[in-house]
Formats: sequence, C-alpha cells, structure tokens
Amino acid sequence: MQYERPQSTAEAARLLHGATGPARILAGGTDLIVQMNAGMAEPALVVDIKRIAGLRDIVAEDGGFRIGAAVACAEMGEHAGLVAAWPGIVEGANLIGSTQVQGRATMAGNLCNGSPAADAVPGLVAAGATARIVGPEGERDCPVAAIPAGPGKTTLKPGEFVASFFLPARPARASDAYLRFIPRTEMDIAVASAAVNLVLAGDGSVAEARVALGAVAPTVRLVDPAGAALVGTRLEEDALEALAGACREACAPIDDKRGTIEFRTRVAGVLARRAALIAYTRAGGRT
Amino acid sequence: MTRQDKIIREFKQVGTRPPRPDGIDKVTGRAMYGADVTAPGMLWGKVLRSPHAHARILSIDTAAAEALEGVKAVVTGADFTLPEDEFSRDVAVNCMAQDAALYDGHAVAAVAAVSEAVAKAALKLIRVEYEVLPHVIDVDAAMAPGAPVVQPGRAYENVPEGLSENVTSHCEFGHGDLAAGFDKADVIVERSFRTAATHQGYIEPHACLAAMGGDGRADLWCCTQGQFHVREVCAAIMGMESSQLRVTASEIGGGFGGKTTVFVEPVALALSRKAGRPVKIVMKRDEVFRATGPTVHSSIDVRIGMTKDGRITAAEAHLRYSGGAFPCGTVDMGAQAAFAAYDLDAVRTFGWNAMTNRPKEAAYRAPGAPQAIYAVESVVDELCQKLGLDPLEVRILNAARKGTKSAYGPTFDEIGLLATLEAAKAHPHYTAPLGPNQGRGLSCGFWFNFGGNTCVTMNLAFDGTVTITEGNPDIGGSRASISLMAAEELGIPYDKVRTIVADTASIGHNDITDGSRVTFAVGLATIEAARDAIARMCARVAKIWGIEPDAVEWKDGAVHPAGPNAGKFPPMSLAEIAETSPNTGGPIAGHHEVNADGAGVSFGVHLVDVEVDPETGATKVLRYTVFQDAGKAVHPDYVEGQMQGGAVQGIGWALNEEYIYGEDGRLQNPGFLDYRVPVASDLPEIETVILEIPNPGHPYGVRGVGETPIVPPLAAIANAVSRAAGVRLTELPMSPPRILKALSAQG
Amino acid sequence: MKTIPVSTKVNGDTVEFLCAPEETLLDALRNRLGLTGAKEGCGSGDCGACSVLVDGRLVCACLVLAAEAEGAEIDTVEGMAAGERLHPLQRHFIDSAALQCGVCTPGILVAAKALLDHNPDPSDEEVRYWLAGNLCRCTGYDKIVRAVQSAAAEMRGA
Repeated sequence: MQYERPQSTAEAARLLHGATGPARILAGGTDLIVQMNAGMAEPALVVDIKRIAGLRDIVAEDGGFRIGAAVACAEMGEHAGLVAAWPGIVEGANLIGSTQVQGRATMAGNLCNGSPAADAVPGLVAAGATARIVGPEGERDCPVAAIPAGPGKTTLKPGEFVASFFLPARPARASDAYLRFIPRTEMDIAVASAAVNLVLAGDGSVAEARVALGAVAPTVRLVDPAGAALVGTRLEEDALEALAGACREACAPIDDKRGTIEFRTRVAGVLARRAALIAYTRAGGRT
Repeated sequence: MTRQDKIIREFKQVGTRPPRPDGIDKVTGRAMYGADVTAPGMLWGKVLRSPHAHARILSIDTAAAEALEGVKAVVTGADFTLPEDEFSRDVAVNCMAQDAALYDGHAVAAVAAVSEAVAKAALKLIRVEYEVLPHVIDVDAAMAPGAPVVQPGRAYENVPEGLSENVTSHCEFGHGDLAAGFDKADVIVERSFRTAATHQGYIEPHACLAAMGGDGRADLWCCTQGQFHVREVCAAIMGMESSQLRVTASEIGGGFGGKTTVFVEPVALALSRKAGRPVKIVMKRDEVFRATGPTVHSSIDVRIGMTKDGRITAAEAHLRYSGGAFPCGTVDMGAQAAFAAYDLDAVRTFGWNAMTNRPKEAAYRAPGAPQAIYAVESVVDELCQKLGLDPLEVRILNAARKGTKSAYGPTFDEIGLLATLEAAKAHPHYTAPLGPNQGRGLSCGFWFNFGGNTCVTMNLAFDGTVTITEGNPDIGGSRASISLMAAEELGIPYDKVRTIVADTASIGHNDITDGSRVTFAVGLATIEAARDAIARMCARVAKIWGIEPDAVEWKDGAVHPAGPNAGKFPPMSLAEIAETSPNTGGPIAGHHEVNADGAGVSFGVHLVDVEVDPETGATKVLRYTVFQDAGKAVHPDYVEGQMQGGAVQGIGWALNEEYIYGEDGRLQNPGFLDYRVPVASDLPEIETVILEIPNPGHPYGVRGVGETPIVPPLAAIANAVSRAAGVRLTELPMSPPRILKALSAQG
Repeated sequence: MKTIPVSTKVNGDTVEFLCAPEETLLDALRNRLGLTGAKEGCGSGDCGACSVLVDGRLVCACLVLAAEAEGAEIDTVEGMAAGERLHPLQRHFIDSAALQCGVCTPGILVAAKALLDHNPDPSDEEVRYWLAGNLCRCTGYDKIVRAVQSAAAEMRGA
C-alpha cells in the first residue's frame, strides 16, 4: 500500500488518476481504517487530504458557509456561527460514533461511505447543501442529494473526491434539527432518522420546509409531501400527523439486524414530528 | 458443610477501603495484560477459521502457506493429539477442528510468521476443501427429530422418543406433589420464554505468548482466570506432563467466566513447538465473538400456581438450553437455581441440553441462572399483577430461609434473602413516585458460590513485611481483600502486606477464579495460613522466653505472655520475630492447602424504574438499586463494584445484547457496534445496599458476591417494562422493535 | 514492503520510528515504541480502549494510520503522570475504586482528561455522554463517573 499526503487538490486528483489499484481518500479514517482493519478494504493507494490548504477550514462565503472536506465533526461543533445557523447539521455530524470518532470523522467521509444510515447526510439534504467535487476533469458543484447512489455507492466518477460543502445563506427565522433512533443512547448506527429544515414567515407560520429521512431507503429521501404538509401551518396536530403519514409513505426500508421494516417506518414518522417541533422552536416558532 | 468454630464479627481493617495494590500500575498503563509482552525471536500467530456453520473438512493444503517467506510453522488438527478424557478432548477439538467445522468461526488451521502481515497473508494461501452440511442454530429446532446432527455419537443415552441425537443431557430436580399443588392454586400462569445467547464482552481479547523449548518444556503467558486449569488442559492436549508446562497469568482485562478455558493457548504452544520459537497470538474482536464462549441460548416453559393471598403452591419449569456445538452441563445449574429463592412444597425443574452449530459455551457469571430466573421471576410477577398483590410482599411470603428445603435439594443454613427483601421494602426507592410511561420492577437473584482447591503461602520477610503467594488471578480486586484479611488476622497494617498471584510452578494447584470463590476460599486459606504463621511465631517466642507454647498468645500483631502466670516479658511484634528468625530456626512462613467447602449462597434483590417511550419502544433505565447479602464485605468498594458491574451486564442482557444469526448460520454481529453492551450514557447511578448475614462456613462470614448480581436484572427490567408499558415481553433482549411490536399488538 | 519513517512527539518527547503504510498508530505505539498503555479492544473505534490525543484532539489510535503521526503531538496515558506524581484523575480513580480489571482505564483516563481540559465543570450527564465511546464491562460506570467528578472538583480548586 502506498500512503500519500498531497498539498493541493490538483495533486490529489493527479494521484487518484494515476493509481494502478484501488485508491481511497483518507480524511478521518473512521470508515476507511475500520474497513482496512477488518480486511474489507485493501487499497493500493491512500490519499490523505488533511494537508491540502483550505480543506480543514470553515469559511464564510456568500452569506453561507464553505466547509472543507477534512473538517472533523468535532470542529464543526466548536464553530459558533455554524452551530447557530445550522444546529441540525452540526448535531447530525456530532452523533456519528463517539467523542473519539467525532474527533476524526468528516461529513464528506460519512457521505461518500454511502451508508443509507449516515448521520450527516439527511441534514445536508434538507439544507439543500452542495458539494464541490474535484476530479480529473477539474471541479464541479453537485447537490449533496445527488451523490448517494445506494448502499456503499455514490455517483462520484473514478478519480473524483469531495473537496468541500457549501451551505447557503440563512434567512431570518430559519433553523433545522436532526433526530435519529438508536437502541442505546450513543454509539449505534441509526435505525431511522429525520432531518427537518424550516424557514418561518413573519407571522410564525412555516414558509419553507424540507424533510429528509435516513436509514429507511437505499439512499436518503427528501420527502416533498412531508415538507408540503408543514407549509402555512404552525405545526398543529393535523399538520404533524400529515407530516408523519407522508414520511411513512416514503419509507422503503429493509429488515436487518438493526431494525425491521415495520419498526423503521413507524419510527421515521415519529422522528420527523419531533424533529419538526425542535426546528420550529429553534426558528422562533411557538406552537 | 464445614462450619467454622467461631465467626469473627468485629474488625479493625476488614470492611475498610484501602487502595488496591495494582492500582498505580493500572492507571499509568504499566500493568501487563495478555497482549502486552514480547519475547526475543517472537513470531506472530494467526488462526484460519471456518466460514461455514457446519461443514466436513475434506482436505487442508498448507503447502503454499508454508512456502511463503517469513512463515515458520503451520498447524492443523492433525498436529494435535486428542486427549482420552471427554472434557479435554472437546476443548482440544474446539481449539482446532478435526474432521468437521462445527460453527462459523471454528479454527481449522493456524500459522506462525515473522510479522502479523506475513501471518495474515499466509492464511490466505491455505486451501481448505469443505463439504458444506446442513446446520441447525436454534435449540428447539435442534431437539426436533430430523434436525441436522451436530456431532454424531454424543447423544444422551436415554434420549426419549421424539427427540433428536443433538440432545446430550437431561436433568431433573425438585420435590413434592405437583398435581396436588396446582390443585390448591387459585390462579395458574403458564408462559414460554426465549433468551438469546450473549457474550461476557470483556474488553481484552484473548492473548497469549507460548515458548516451547527443544527439551519439551514450555512457558505460557496468557490472560486467564485459571492458570492451573490452563496448564492441565494444555498439557493434556500437547501430550506433556503438567510440571513441564509453566503457565503465568497476566493481568486480565475482564473474564466473567469467559476466560476459564482455552482457545488460542494450545494453538500457540503447537506452533511454538513446530517453529522452535516463541509464538504470540492475540485474538481480534470478531474472533472473540465468533469463536470463544458465549452463553447458552434458551427456550423455557414455566408454570406456577398461587393462592389469592400470594402463596405459591406449585412450580414447574422446563428448560431447554444449547451450549453450542458440544455437550454442555449448564442447564443443570439453571434447573437448580430456577426456584432457589422460594420455600416450596411442590417444585420440579426439568432440563435438556442440545447441540447447535454455534460456538462452545463458556461460563458467564452465574451460568444458567439468569435465563431460568428471568422466566420464573417474570411469572411470579405476572401472578402478582393478576391477583393485585404487592410483588415484594409476595416474595417475602414465599422466601426461602434457614431450614427451607431448597428446590435443588440441600436445606439452607443462614441465608440473606429475607434481609435483602426487607431492606428493599424499607428503601425509599420502593415507594418513590413514578411518572407517566414509567414502571417499577423487581426480581430476586441467587448463586450457589463455590469453594474448591486452594493453596496459600505466607512468607515473613526479615523486615517484618509479609508476602502472600496465592494462585488466583485477580479479576475484581481480590488482592486487596486478601491483603486485608491477612492484615486483620495478623494484626499488622495493610500496607505491610503484599499479595501476589503466582505461576503454576511456584505454588500448588488452585482451582479457577470462578464460582465467586476467591474472597471466600482464598480468603479462608489466607486466614488459616496466617494462623499457621502465628502458631509458628508463638512457638519461636515461647522458645526464646523459655516457656511452653500454650503460655503465649497472639494479640495486636505481637506475641504476649498468656496471662500473668506465664511470666513478665515485653511483647514481641511480628517485625521483631521476623528479624530474629535467622537465630531461632530460619525464615518463618505459614501455609494452607484445602479443598474449601462451606461457601455460602448469595441472594440479591434488584429494584429498577424504567420509562418506555410508547412511540418507539425505547426503554430508559431511570433508577436502579441492588440489594445483596455479602456475608461480610471485606473491601466494600469491591463488593459494590461487583454489584454494579453485574447489574449493568444484566441490563445489557435484558435490553440489547444478543447473538444474531443469519439463515446461513453465520454470526451477523461479531463486533461492539452491533453487539450492544451498555455505554455510560445508557445508565443512571447504580445504588448498592450491602447486607451482611455471615456465612457460617467462613471465619469472617464471607460469601462470594460476584455472580449473583447478573441474575436479577433480566426479570427486574421485564417486570418494570410490563408495569410501564402494559406489555410483558417473554423474549430477550427486549429491544425497541420488540417492545413497539408488542405495544402495537396490544392496540 | 516499503516502510515509512515517522518523526513525531509522544508525551513531549521527540521519537522516530519506521512503520508500514497500513499500520495503525495503535500498532506503532504498542509494537514500535513499547507504549502498551493503549489497548486494542475492537479495532473498529467502538470501545475506546485505544484512546489517545493527537494534536490535542481525543481520537481512537486504532483509526489513525501511524504515518499520520508525522509532525504531530501524541499524548498517551503514559504521559499523564509527572514522574512519580499522579494526575488527579489517576489518583481519584484509585481512591474511588473506579477500576476493576483496569483494561479500559488508560482509555478512560485520556478521555476524561480531554473532557476536563475543555469543560472543567461537567454535569454527570455530560461526563457520561463524553465517555460513551469508552466501554467498561466491569464497573457499570458508576464509580468512574464519581471519580471524574471528584477529580474535576479538586482540579477546580473547589
């Protein structure tokens, strides 16, 4: 195995392009090294992106935030501005694994590992975040929602990697929330999850709503009817019930050692309701 | 049972909380565990394991592996001599398959190489030809006729018609007339239960370093609960005499019963013999789950009859356990423990063991009891609910006490069950208010506790300090407790005493650290060794003073004249006696060897409050209190530690821990991600209340405490969930999907 | 196999070692540097027994490549005591019987120190959630939380 630590995205792209065997990006290693230790991954080349300028930074851009692909989840939680604007995204990222894992894990790694249950992804999808992708043909921007392609798969082409995320500017009275269900209180892979991103109108009703579900389908699902059920409401009981129903409808989960189809579907609705209420309160709404 | 002549009740040091002797090493990272040693010329060993739940091994081609540069030895089952006795033979076959792979993860070959990387590469070059066979994973399926047979020729000789060859044993306990008893009952509840297999979950994987010399002698370093047992079993498997194998127990990173046997040790010895160099093997976590010793899984039917004022009139349990791919006797203990907490006129337990294609069971804290008592305590609780009776009052009404003929045969001497029940009743936890979706549950628990073969030597250094040499690995703080008992008996300060755990060449045979036996048996032997040393010191001083040995006595750490007629002599302290010992006959030591009996049973009661989220089935443990009889808590910190640790293991067992198998018979969750042990944020404080009803069989009244605490949580939580959510779960673990499903079914 | 030379600081001392590219920091600490305090409990970041600090950040050493240590500062349990003088956390763990078998203890001490370094007055809940990635199978966590709190109180001068 070859270990490289390039100083620029161009150099990283060159290394990936020239690889003669399987090549993997190393940021936090909390998926890659787990797989290597288990003998499930034997890369010929590992490209450590943590020395690339800018990839460990969170910078303000166009009223929003650009978050480098090598920013650890814990570092996101320490950025006051990011926490204030996107508490849901930050809490999703900081539910991955443990304190130790959050000290290394990145949203980019979480996204590109392709787990349907990835904790960072629903929040990014609900936010309408975009990823800047670097590859052999240069850079391109792509909605995060378009990147997961199925369990363990992404739409990234060979030689491409995520260099950063962009979170758009926040209007006033906007906030988000992420909840997941796990059997313990920490450490588990999400059995079902929901991210809700709300913008409120001046009168406290919901002006915009985006609801994304995780772990209930091969990829994260942005559930348009669920968001629509909240628009114009103050999260009254029938709005929440419509939200939950739309979420249940959108589920296409599997039975596995972490949960049954029936359980995941029911709980997805419950989580969406609860996350909506949290986001609403954070955005200044009053039920 | 051997009763002590006198039980001491007043103590100067026993019962205090001094620091443990291995504390500094453990907080600085200096303590040496199984994987922490190296040796010059050491090779790394790795084991190849079957990916099939059941398969005939047609051939193993190791040529390519042997030819790989850096590989120094390769072994398969052909390199092992199978011992004559069934017990050791089963261990040997479990360590390295012979003609069949019996479970997913069963070892089929092993290599020793100059590095881990080369060893891993070598494993990939070994060609095993398997003929995959049908497998059976579930105990009830395994008992049914027509089930795939796990090992032919192991069936119980009296297997009745209608049961398969996988059934390896049957047992029956109890007394009285069941039919008459059920006739007297006003309500009878009959329920069936299932419990999944669980694992001890020690954080330290098995590890050993074996060095076999050309002269047939070997040294083995390993993390184990019983270095003497390791010696016996490995010597048998290697065709060596015990004295040729010296086994040293490292510090151990958790055992709980799972390190009372061997898995990689004979393999490392065989590799070392072939390679002529030391071989280190360290298991990976997935190997620990797949190929060490989880508990049985069980299928249990319980039927209990009760009068409307709460008296149990008849009780019956049928226990079907599977200890994996080999015969297993754990169901005997479950069948005996099931109704131990009750004073019953009519009781019967029937136990079966059947083989399944799963790893070979090893002990896990009170083996067999948690499953059985979960079922029994659940039914007792359900009866209380049906009759509108207080569950604690019903336990008190039916509690076993001194003079009760136990459900498993012996008549109880002094026991602490009533005291623990009364303590629970009087405790504020019992009457604290509960909120919505919250419920309180309780359960009794029990373990027999054991004594066993024990040797202790006590040597007095010339400076008056004392070394105690014993042979039982310290898994819970026993070195501190042993030092305390010695200091108490000798009347010298605790910090003048040092207890060490010796290797197999340095002291006589000691049974495994298990059965909650160490504080009891090693403690007893230590006290006797101290009395032996005291007698010798008295004789020395009497000689110095020119008086008869019975004219002196030992008091406050010194020899005194026994009474005014003995003469006027200033007392001689232990330190002074030790200092002058070269002049009075040489170094002074006391020792004691015994097969200790008189271990007292330990009863406990647990109270737990839970909150069940009705929309998700998630259970939160809000409050937990453990009441247990310790006889005499030598070092209360460590008694509390056992109570808390065992309770939390039981909580994990009740809520989330389970072995999950696929249709293919392979273990799906061999890691800490999906084998879900409790994490710190899952739990509240675990409050402990220690009762002390002295055990008549120990000079200080000590009872073992380590195992009982894992028994009550299973039913305590099931009972709490029943009261919180209105659903009774009869399958463990009570994971959220199961609870939510039960809630939905209820409507 | 090509080895990578690594120059790094461990517990304040500059050290150099050679490692394989796929070797983890945990393996390098244990097998190359003889620092066996960090333990491998799982190899998958689920147990925390290998916890160390890398550039002040609490991580699992089993999920860091040894090569990544180049130019970094690593802190392990072996660096917590100052010669004979134990860190208050170490002392309180012994005094409060917050360890039984002790194999999880190095990881928990490093993690607890990282907590108190950035939050000197945590609630019990904060302590438990911070330590959720450190499995202990012996103690049930009760005495561990108490020991962390009593050490924290001493360190605050309370």
